[in-house]
Amino acid sequence: MEKKIKKVDLIFGKVDHLDILKNAFQRTRDEIILDVIDSGLRGRGGAGFPTGLKWKFAKNEEADQKYVICNADEGEPGTFKDREILTQVPEKVLAGMALCGYCIGASEGYIYLRAEYNFLLPSLYKAIDEFHEHLKALKFDFTIRICSGSGAYVCGEETALMESMEGKRGEPRNKPPFPTSEGYLGKPTSVNNVETLVFALMIGQEGPTKFKEMGTFDSRGSKVFSVSGDTPTPGIYELELGMTLEQFVEEFGDGDTKAVQVGGASGFCVARKDFKSTLIGFEGIPTGGSMMLFNSSRSMYNILNDYLEFMEEESCGQCSPCRVGCQQLLKGIEAVKKGIKSPSYLEDLQKLSDTMRIASKCGLGQSVPNPFNSIINNFREEIIY
Amino acid sequence: MTRIKELVKEQAEKHGRERTSLMPILQAVVRSEHYLSEEAMIAIAEELDLSTADVFGTASFYTFLDTVPRGKYIVRVCKTITCHMKGKDEIIRTISDILKIKLGETTTDGRFSLLQANCLGWCHKGPVMLINDEVYPEITPEKTSEIINEYLKKK
Repeated sequence: MEKKIKKVDLIFGKVDHLDILKNAFQRTRDEIILDVIDSGLRGRGGAGFPTGLKWKFAKNEEADQKYVICNADEGEPGTFKDREILTQVPEKVLAGMALCGYCIGASEGYIYLRAEYNFLLPSLYKAIDEFHEHLKALKFDFTIRICSGSGAYVCGEETALMESMEGKRGEPRNKPPFPTSEGYLGKPTSVNNVETLVFALMIGQEGPTKFKEMGTFDSRGSKVFSVSGDTPTPGIYELELGMTLEQFVEEFGDGDTKAVQVGGASGFCVARKDFKSTLIGFEGIPTGGSMMLFNSSRSMYNILNDYLEFMEEESCGQCSPCRVGCQQLLKGIEAVKKGIKSPSYLEDLQKLSDTMRIASKCGLGQSVPNPFNSIINNFREEIIY
Repeated sequence: MTRIKELVKEQAEKHGRERTSLMPILQAVVRSEHYLSEEAMIAIAEELDLSTADVFGTASFYTFLDTVPRGKYIVRVCKTITCHMKGKDEIIRTISDILKIKLGETTTDGRFSLLQANCLGWCHKGPVMLINDEVYPEITPEKTSEIINEYLKKK
């Protein structure tokens, strides 16, 4: 593990996005999809589904209409990279959507933009208008529209997102059927994260080899990280995957880092003793980009309390394991802190959180145990005293 | 026809009367009226041929679709982790002192509401607040009072 942290510039670098599309349109859909599969690109929103496979499934469906959705409902605490991508290189996102549309056979695309980013609307509409003109010149029939969210974290879950687009409460659907067979308005739909679409475009330009050479077996390529918390250099960095948390903390820590929350409120808390053995990526701890550093001045109780408050408010309330579970975990740690419940009550709460992982309907409830168990296991005394 | 009904009709004509138009119409009414009144939701239900319960059920799901009256300027201070660590409480106190309202309240002249919001996506530049759609990252209590005072001068 002698590899140093390597900065990469695939996402934010300027490219001739129209030229990439022009060349792509000369190739067959299968060729491009095979390239994306071969590159090993996995969804960059957090869940990490292989992008090429998603496109292939959507392509193989027979339907009179298919849709491409760009998931810009970036709500995970500690993540802010999609906003920056949409600000700096919107044309690359749009071109990535068009590339996906070409591959799966869709003529309509939507950007689902969270309400908190409404200030981006004027510049995005302008970019879309220009892009439509260019597509006309390329004789490719593809229209992009924007759907605005209204402040619901759970709408970042792809089926909740489509419910919201259909004008309903943003409650996740049962899977299967998966969106690639029955998605928006019941039609085959490929929902991809903002960053994923740009990577797919870059693989369209460079071919899969360059991307594949970076990273590790399960986590190919590079990734945009959102770095915040107790760090002298907060911000957005595109880094090659495959580094350990120790390397990461050496680069971004303030010298007193006691824990890093990898993957936001739904991710894992890693304590200092485990930095060396923790790989950032799908072999270790995956992240949609959120990296929050905490130094020894921080109370891990307050941090866990904030995460649980967040989840309790953002739980859609549809299934009881998540709705009731979040409330009880939040109440529970408060009771232990105040001495109303004995410390051993934490074990009961951990059992409850395990139940949430098994019984919750969507990723929100299923991932609440991640921060809960990792913080309790690593910092039990801070929760009790 | 009342003003609200006219607004709803105008929006329905613009966005269409499909179910997929519900969100854009709700958002447009909130932009103009700062919240969804009972009258507005009934009007929307009639225009789109939905049940009023369905319209309310949808609206009440979303934090940014308020169903109680809000001010012309809705101030939302981010409260999530990093902004908490970087001093959002002081920001809220500052705004509270200037506007003489507590969290969740609206000034008596109906111009300002003060709310907290979950992660606004500016964790590297916290604390941060939104005033309607406008973002103010990296604020201090001093900067905050300047910004709020600027808004107070507006009509």
